[in-house]
Amino acid sequence: MADLRKIRVTVNGEEHEAEIEPRLTLVDFLRGELGLTGTHVGCEHGVCGACTILWNGRSVRSCIMLAVQADGSELKTIEGVSSDGSLHPIQKAFIEEHGLQCGFCTPGFVMSVSELLEHSPDPSDDEIKDYLGGQICRCTGYQTIFGAVKSAARKVREAGESGAAGEGTD
Amino acid sequence: MKPPVFDYVAPTAVEEAVALLGEHDFDAKILAGGQSLMPLLNMRLARPSILIDVARIPDLDFIRVDDSAVSIGAMTRQRTLELSAEVRERLGLLHDVMHFIAHPQNRNQGTVGGSLVHADPAAELPAVAAALGATFRTLGPDGERDIAVDDFFVTYLTTSMEPAELLTEIRFPLLPARSGHSVQEVARRHGDYALAGVVATVTLDDAGRIGDSRIVMFGVGDRPMRAVDAEQSLLGETPGEPVFAAAALKSIEALDEPLSDVHATAQYRTDLARVLTRRALTEAAVRAAGQGSAQ
Repeated sequence: MADLRKIRVTVNGEEHEAEIEPRLTLVDFLRGELGLTGTHVGCEHGVCGACTILWNGRSVRSCIMLAVQADGSELKTIEGVSSDGSLHPIQKAFIEEHGLQCGFCTPGFVMSVSELLEHSPDPSDDEIKDYLGGQICRCTGYQTIFGAVKSAARKVREAGESGAAGEGTD
Repeated sequence: MKPPVFDYVAPTAVEEAVALLGEHDFDAKILAGGQSLMPLLNMRLARPSILIDVARIPDLDFIRVDDSAVSIGAMTRQRTLELSAEVRERLGLLHDVMHFIAHPQNRNQGTVGGSLVHADPAAELPAVAAALGATFRTLGPDGERDIAVDDFFVTYLTTSMEPAELLTEIRFPLLPARSGHSVQEVARRHGDYALAGVVATVTLDDAGRIGDSRIVMFGVGDRPMRAVDAEQSLLGETPGEPVFAAAALKSIEALDEPLSDVHATAQYRTDLARVLTRRALTEAAVRAAGQGSAQ
């Protein structure tokens, strides 16, 4: 076993410190060490998008990122999306538009879409497809997810929650 | 699928990273954005004893544009390049190609330098580097050196860099005035590696004839494949479909037999390369004609 390394990360607004093996992937850290099992493990080589989280505001695949790489970062997982027990407009839109069936891929989709809407509150169809292209769903056929993103964008705009609209994610 | 055991260091200066590389030689692997290396580790196809994470070296993350080139730090994220308004305006090819590279979720992590040193022959950035005549700056135990793109890509996943060298900067020359570019590729799904692809540029002279052109095919050889004879055949010609069709036919003469695999036969890939070359030249020429100044 390699020497353990100490990391400090902020996850959904909460600070965590841990001593971990360098080879621990970020998704295994989130699930195994922090108990945040909403982030799913799918293909484990960065293709399916089930493990997508936000890393300093940007959507990334947490199965092909090491936890040590995240040292000092701010992370957001699906557990940090809703607030005060009420679902985020993106989550509501997925339910209303039937944007999920089995739900395995959904946390990844929601995180990707949240980055998209953060920097592009009124996304074009092509932009939406660009983001959804990085996520795989074997149930829906994507059309209902596409509809959910359109609806979510409307909801977010109406709710005025996109305060940082147009400023980009950088 | 979990990575094997390895040590991990995260230096904050390039000199430190190079010293570590020298110490560990072939046992060490540089970790940049990890979009290629991490899958290899998860599948245990790579078993380095130590990873040197260069993401904490601030000097490797920059985009500089001057009158002749766009210079990019090796650790610059692909997404940062994609979102740079200056790059989009001054060297549109570098902006446009980003859309073909995997997905936003990969480009958020993946780096420009990482993709280039990984040297996957089906990747887009190496082909763009070859089309623009990029220069690679490395730092090694004996100091800095510049490697021209034609000397950089050797074969599958192999560059001419020494084991103890670190890529620090890539310089992409700007295209002259009255130039156009095009990226064409066919992949099974958008964002996948290309079955075959082409990057082409066309520069027109004052009389509207072809003054310069670059044709680079990818996914059809062991490295980005430049079609020099086809480029030469275009010089002085008036842009048009028959000229480009002939050049495309000549382009595929530059290929040895491409890979045949479960996705496509060598014959299919070769035919794609021909068709995509014709389309790329046509689009590049149209763009060049519409351009008053460099793009």
